[in-house]
Amino acid sequence: MILFWLILFPTVGGVLAWIAGARDPDAPRWVAIAVLTLELLVALPLIGAALAPGHGAWIAQFDHSWIPQLGISFELDLDGLSLVLILLTIVLSLVCVVISWTEITDRSGLFHANLLWTTAGVIGVFLALDLFLFFFFWELMLVPMYFIIALWGHENRSYAAIKFFLFTQGSGLLMLVSILVLVFIHQRATGDLTFDYLALLGTKMSPTTGFLLMLGFFIAFAVKLPAVPFHTWLPDAHTEAPTAGSVLLAGILLKTGAYGLIRFVVPLFPAAAHAFAPVAMALAVAGILYGALLAFGQNDLKRLVAYSSVSHMGFVLLGVFAWSTLALQGVVVQMLAHGISTGALFVLVGALQERIHTRDMRRMGGLWGMVPRLSACGMFFAIASLGLPGLGNFIGEFLILLGSFQASVVFTVIATFGLVAAAAYSLLLVQRAFHGAPQEPAHHRAIADLSPPHLAVMAVLVVAIVGLGLYPQPVVDEVAPGLAAVQHSAAVSAALPEHVAERAP
Amino acid sequence: MQHFLWLVPALPLLGSIVLMLGAGRLSHRAEALTGVLSVGLAAVIAFAIAGAFLLHPPPGAAYQQALWRWFAVGRFSFGITLRVDPLSLLMMLVTSGVGFLIHLFSTEFMEGEDGYGRFFAYLNLFVAAMLLLVMADNFLALYAGWEGVGLCSYLLIGFWWRDPANGLAARKAFIVTRVGDTAFLIGLLLIASRLGTLNIAGAMREAAHTWHVGAPAATLIAFLLLGGAVGKSAQLPLQTWLPDAMAGPTPVSALIHAATMVTAGVYLIARTHVLFLLAPAAEITVGIVGAATLLLAGFSALAQNDIKRILAYSTMSQIGYMFLALGVGAWRAAMFHFMTHAFFKALLFLSAGAVTMRLHHEQDIYRMGGLARRLPAAFWSFLIGSAALAALPLITSGFYSKEAILSGAWADGNGGRVLWLAGVIGAFVTGIYIFRAVFIAFFGEEHTPVSGAYGWRVVMPLVVLSALSLVGGFIELPPAFGHVTLLSRLLAPVLPPTREVTDMTPLLLASAASILGIALAAALYWRPSRSPAETPLWRFWHGAAGFDALYDRLLVRPVIWAARIDRDDFIDRVYDGVAWGTQALHRAIRRTQTGNVRLYAASLAIGSVGLIAIAVLR
Repeated sequence: MILFWLILFPTVGGVLAWIAGARDPDAPRWVAIAVLTLELLVALPLIGAALAPGHGAWIAQFDHSWIPQLGISFELDLDGLSLVLILLTIVLSLVCVVISWTEITDRSGLFHANLLWTTAGVIGVFLALDLFLFFFFWELMLVPMYFIIALWGHENRSYAAIKFFLFTQGSGLLMLVSILVLVFIHQRATGDLTFDYLALLGTKMSPTTGFLLMLGFFIAFAVKLPAVPFHTWLPDAHTEAPTAGSVLLAGILLKTGAYGLIRFVVPLFPAAAHAFAPVAMALAVAGILYGALLAFGQNDLKRLVAYSSVSHMGFVLLGVFAWSTLALQGVVVQMLAHGISTGALFVLVGALQERIHTRDMRRMGGLWGMVPRLSACGMFFAIASLGLPGLGNFIGEFLILLGSFQASVVFTVIATFGLVAAAAYSLLLVQRAFHGAPQEPAHHRAIADLSPPHLAVMAVLVVAIVGLGLYPQPVVDEVAPGLAAVQHSAAVSAALPEHVAERAP
Repeated sequence: MQHFLWLVPALPLLGSIVLMLGAGRLSHRAEALTGVLSVGLAAVIAFAIAGAFLLHPPPGAAYQQALWRWFAVGRFSFGITLRVDPLSLLMMLVTSGVGFLIHLFSTEFMEGEDGYGRFFAYLNLFVAAMLLLVMADNFLALYAGWEGVGLCSYLLIGFWWRDPANGLAARKAFIVTRVGDTAFLIGLLLIASRLGTLNIAGAMREAAHTWHVGAPAATLIAFLLLGGAVGKSAQLPLQTWLPDAMAGPTPVSALIHAATMVTAGVYLIARTHVLFLLAPAAEITVGIVGAATLLLAGFSALAQNDIKRILAYSTMSQIGYMFLALGVGAWRAAMFHFMTHAFFKALLFLSAGAVTMRLHHEQDIYRMGGLARRLPAAFWSFLIGSAALAALPLITSGFYSKEAILSGAWADGNGGRVLWLAGVIGAFVTGIYIFRAVFIAFFGEEHTPVSGAYGWRVVMPLVVLSALSLVGGFIELPPAFGHVTLLSRLLAPVLPPTREVTDMTPLLLASAASILGIALAAALYWRPSRSPAETPLWRFWHGAAGFDALYDRLLVRPVIWAARIDRDDFIDRVYDGVAWGTQALHRAIRRTQTGNVRLYAASLAIGSVGLIAIAVLR
């Protein structure tokens, strides 16, 4: 039941926020904070439950019949993997509320309603284990996000919002087709019409069919991740979205793609995924390097950060298709670290834009002298993003590289060049925005440094990324059973001996 | 004593955190005290640990302290564990001790600078990272220190951030060394997957068990580690960042060149000497890289007029000697030279800083002149440092350590003799370039007026380092001079012995080379002339043989060009094409919707006829 609440609270909270917005523009903010805090209080005890011995990978479950005629049920299951991603979602949503306090003044009720509904949709994606329900949430989280970009975005917002919608919607359709075909194949084989993920695991099909169905899922998730060459919606959406939108997109929505790959693509179609792995890893490596090259060339600060996400998500894709315990653990840490560090960078870019009304780095420079705290935070997260040991991103990248090294030496070695590239664009960001001489004398006038709420947000994120870098073990332990379970089901459905799927050296 | 190991890196780290969080709230005095005391205390503890270590050598010749389990996944477990064996002990003492003196010097040198606290925050972090590097018991923690050192070099080289040139130098240092770091990281991945552990001692044991001499895996790993080492230690072909690194304040150069950073590569190779012994091809490459770098840097130093650049090239050259020593298996000699070099190079940089701080930051030696009378403290310090660098026989520490290296190379058979010759030529060149700087800057006419005065915080480090530069070599004397072997005995549990040479020939030849070099410098520059003519040869060496220009053309510009032309992402143009095509199709089909009923009827009829025809004729 607790899982149902996790979805219900933000859904209802969104409605409340909308209503509250009619009376007082600040009321929705407090509603959102209250709802998300409640959400956090509900979710936090689950951490302890996960670490308690004596249960399998699943920590909590909720199953309610929905459309029994079609074998669709409202089935929610939570394992450690879902849990850490849900916690990240809640925390980043709270961050979004705080940093939108001064930025979003127009229709704040509707804004916070959309924000909470996005949260609800994302949490639903991380929980749903009925494929129909999963697809339902997958589409659901898209709509409020579309409105956030289209209504509160920057100059080119409607282009960006439509592009975002078309990419994700189009690829989502491919997934729907795959889901339906998979369900019918399963029905033909067993006579049982069901969308239940656990029942569909291990469905037998011809290699070609399996490959095509796998591709349907893969493209949907690869668009969301995003993987090259499906990444082009991302810079536009991230750049045009309001700060909270960028944080949600980069911090959370991208992770649904990675989650889908881990939860569905490989376990449902292990043989096809195995055959496809070289292609996926090649795309991953291409993403790492091409994303970095694009980030390096940008003048728009926000676009730079957006493209750096493409590069970082390349590591995630690499790790997923390496499919070893090390690599998958790395993927989880990388997702969390990327959510925190990139989220923080977007918050800072947003704060900067609020102050100097531009994102163009050709018009920045020398900000260290004017806003030292903001600049120091920017430098810190730029350094986190280039993978400095001691900060979370390094653990993720190192584990992914160590795990993929067993699977493919060539791709892993090429991927390491991404570390040099990340240094190049991250330090260029620091140089062009914060160091050097101010490019526009007009900006010499006093601009305010980070406000106390922003500083508090930064402090939380700094502590989180340092904690993840110095002591990631709790996260590793939390997700270990869940990852072991997906690896196990992939190995079973592939009907391969486990060590083959594990790919020990 | 081993329970206190953690304090050695933790105190400077704590100091750094306090300084960062207290930015803008602490007084200069408090900032200086935090910065100096944290490193000073760490140094005191380090010396106490060393004392206990020497009095009661621990079992296994190492102190060990497990701090916490960093992370454990699958069959790998990484701990933050400190391990101090004699090799680490030596590095730890030099880093914290010399680091402390540099900190003390900086409190006066940086007086009145914007960002005083920030400077000490970075400086403290630098020392902490280096201490982690030398005290880590596993490769991953070592790598963390390794990257931390790189970060701090970036922060400090670009300390004066208002000038974009400094930012460029800082990024260059970070990115060039990161190329090496990446090779190192790939090496670590190989070690982990082949040997199943990243614990240094464990991996070395396992390597010695698993591989025979010349095994491809061992060779590959050794080359990858060498890649990391040449980056951090500024050796060919990744040496280009070091001369530019002098963009930072002078004490930073002292720290980078003497106590931290550039010696990391030497430490790494000494630490993994087991692997290099299994990979003779890699080991001889280390020696060749060292020899080539020491000559290249020595000649380049001859063609510089900036006092800090001369010193920067001299560092490259001296690290080249250490690599040469590692390459011929003179492991202990390499560490000996590391130690003496730390003394005299810190001394040279600090005395150069002491000069420039009184000359309005003038760094061109041709615009100095006559400083011997005006700045006696700086002069004597610089002179002692130069004598040690040039390996002036008998009375300087540099002589004994360089002698140990050269006799090691001499004893290494035929291949070693070639390297030995390079080393002797290098010694000759060293004498010329450093005494050229001495004569031009400190003698002759005055070109820039001197201002200000020194406090004790400048003088004291100079005095201590001068003393160490002179007598620091006496802990290890060749057989001909009493045969003291304190350092060798200390390092005996870690590093294999160097072949002993009783033949006096190499010693005499090397001594002659350095004296000749100094004499030639005296002959040429005793009466300093104008700055040198810009001959093509001079320009070639001034630009350090054109590596910068080469990399710029080959790597930097193509990447920037590619990033620029692809700023708008050509893949997105494909989707634009799809969108445009869809719209074009839409417009084309819309044309048919004319509202003309006759046209509709006609097309309906034609279509029906066509369909029927197909059905019938098929």
